Amino acid sequence: MNKLYNKYEKEIQGILGRYPDEQKRSAVMPLLFLAQRDTGYVPTEALSDIAEIAGISETDVASIMGFYTLFHAEPAGRFRIQICTDLPCALRGSESYLEQICEILGVKEGETTADGLFTVEAVKCLAACHRAPMFQLQGDGEIKYYENQSVEITMQIVEEIRRKVATEKEA
Amino acid sequence: MGKYILLRHRDVPGMDDLKVYQANDGFVAFEKAVKSMQPADVTLEVKNSGLRGRGGAGFPTGIKWGFLPNNSWPHYVVANADESEPGTFKDREIMEGNPFQFLEGLMLACYAVQANQAYIYLRGEFWQVAARLDEKIKDLEDAGYLGEKILGTDYSLKINTHLGAGAYICGEETALLESLEGRLGQPRLRPPFPAVVGLYGKPTLINNVETLTNLPMIIQKGADWYRSFGTEQSPGVKIFSLSGCVKKPGNYELPLGVTYQELIFEHGGGIVNDNKIKAVMSAGASSDVVIADDFCLQTPLAYETCMERIKAPLGSASVIILDETVNMAWLVSKTVNFFKHESCGKCTPCREGTFWMNSLTKHMLANESSSEDIDLLRSVALQIQGKCLCALGEFSTMAVVTAVDRFRADFETHVRS
Repeated sequence: MNKLYNKYEKEIQGILGRYPDEQKRSAVMPLLFLAQRDTGYVPTEALSDIAEIAGISETDVASIMGFYTLFHAEPAGRFRIQICTDLPCALRGSESYLEQICEILGVKEGETTADGLFTVEAVKCLAACHRAPMFQLQGDGEIKYYENQSVEITMQIVEEIRRKVATEKEA
Repeated sequence: MGKYILLRHRDVPGMDDLKVYQANDGFVAFEKAVKSMQPADVTLEVKNSGLRGRGGAGFPTGIKWGFLPNNSWPHYVVANADESEPGTFKDREIMEGNPFQFLEGLMLACYAVQANQAYIYLRGEFWQVAARLDEKIKDLEDAGYLGEKILGTDYSLKINTHLGAGAYICGEETALLESLEGRLGQPRLRPPFPAVVGLYGKPTLINNVETLTNLPMIIQKGADWYRSFGTEQSPGVKIFSLSGCVKKPGNYELPLGVTYQELIFEHGGGIVNDNKIKAVMSAGASSDVVIADDFCLQTPLAYETCMERIKAPLGSASVIILDETVNMAWLVSKTVNFFKHESCGKCTPCREGTFWMNSLTKHMLANESSSEDIDLLRSVALQIQGKCLCALGEFSTMAVVTAVDRFRADFETHVRS
């Protein structure tokens, strides 16, 4: 059918199987997640592939991508450190936590580290208010929560990821 | 019986294992329902229990089920697991710790309205939760609780998870349906209500995760047993999500009717640094800011008493505690910024109003405003109220109006005289 479909045929069949036959459009969001799995953003050429599979226009796919914050149109770091700074988290120090993480990583909020590994972002509520400061790590097709954070704990996580990536490169 | 009805994983280790759940009365209710009860009897039991929707609206659950017409098929059931309101974190604990009770509740709701397909709409950030739920659903299929002709009956049911992708508005049930159908998450004009014209234009029941998790015990032990907890008009237990300036933030499952005093000082351990409590928000960022005087603190947390005494809905019982160090102009800048970001853009008063409130509070915090801007802020909020398709526009104004009215001095410190 097309490039995206050929790459993930089995998975896409599974996704389409969740919805009634005449409602393939419901697959558009799972397909967008699939399209950004490898690179962390949705490449422009994937939009027409998704449109074809879901049976909607490319414009509709693009507008859906733009509406939802977890879809990205532009490349960024391999991992996005997304720190919640909404009211309950801010009451537990998440704003200064964000500032310190940015300072240590040598970036401003929204920027990517020099090694291209981490983009630090302030995001909206992640439903973990009682365990703030906290962040979610979006990257490599996954989203993981890290709660009850301090700057020290987070920097250990960052260093672990850096070591893991370095080992991958050697292998 | 243990201490908990909903958070039973705190009583029983390993509750997320099907065998452990089965050994602790798991699926007794579902088996009873599909083998020996008519769907209408299940609905009647839930009606009699007085269970009210735990997502925030507090609408009687059994009555909501009764709205699905029997002359239009198929019926769908959607579990609303899009928990995104600042201050809310109860559904995630249920789905992670006690997933089978939630799934059994969902299955009971499906049986009651005779749906053969259910979706669990989770916020996209709950990627890990969805992956685990997929495993649990597979366990249930393998054990014969889900699939074709369940437990030798004629009833068939399929459950699928569906991930959102970061949009608070999708917790609003018609926006959720739009999103599930592969569109922008923007609310629909009502009527028709989802119970009549819902997912794919078919009758659809949408219930919150916590609401559904109540059902197995209600069906197993009966409405009278359930009514032995809580108050006359708010029967049962509720998970109170306590956050903000409190020593022990977290989820507390307590009978409805517990007071703020007990919740904050007995369960929550009091205020951080033993500071003085200043205000409370009872339903997350969309709440009124209520002055925490003795009258407020003695208020029983139930649907009727919150409205009667402090004129603020209990909502989802996501209680944010604010102490004397919190400046209310700062607080409003946080809540308004959230709603500005999350406004879906469909209704002009909400889209433009949240933009201007955000701009005003930003300048206020930078000490760039005059006293008149405080009144302007309040006026913009009032102009949003009652003019939007869904509650988000309304939500964005609650803290603004109440904070300006009750804590004006906090705003004055930020403006030029």
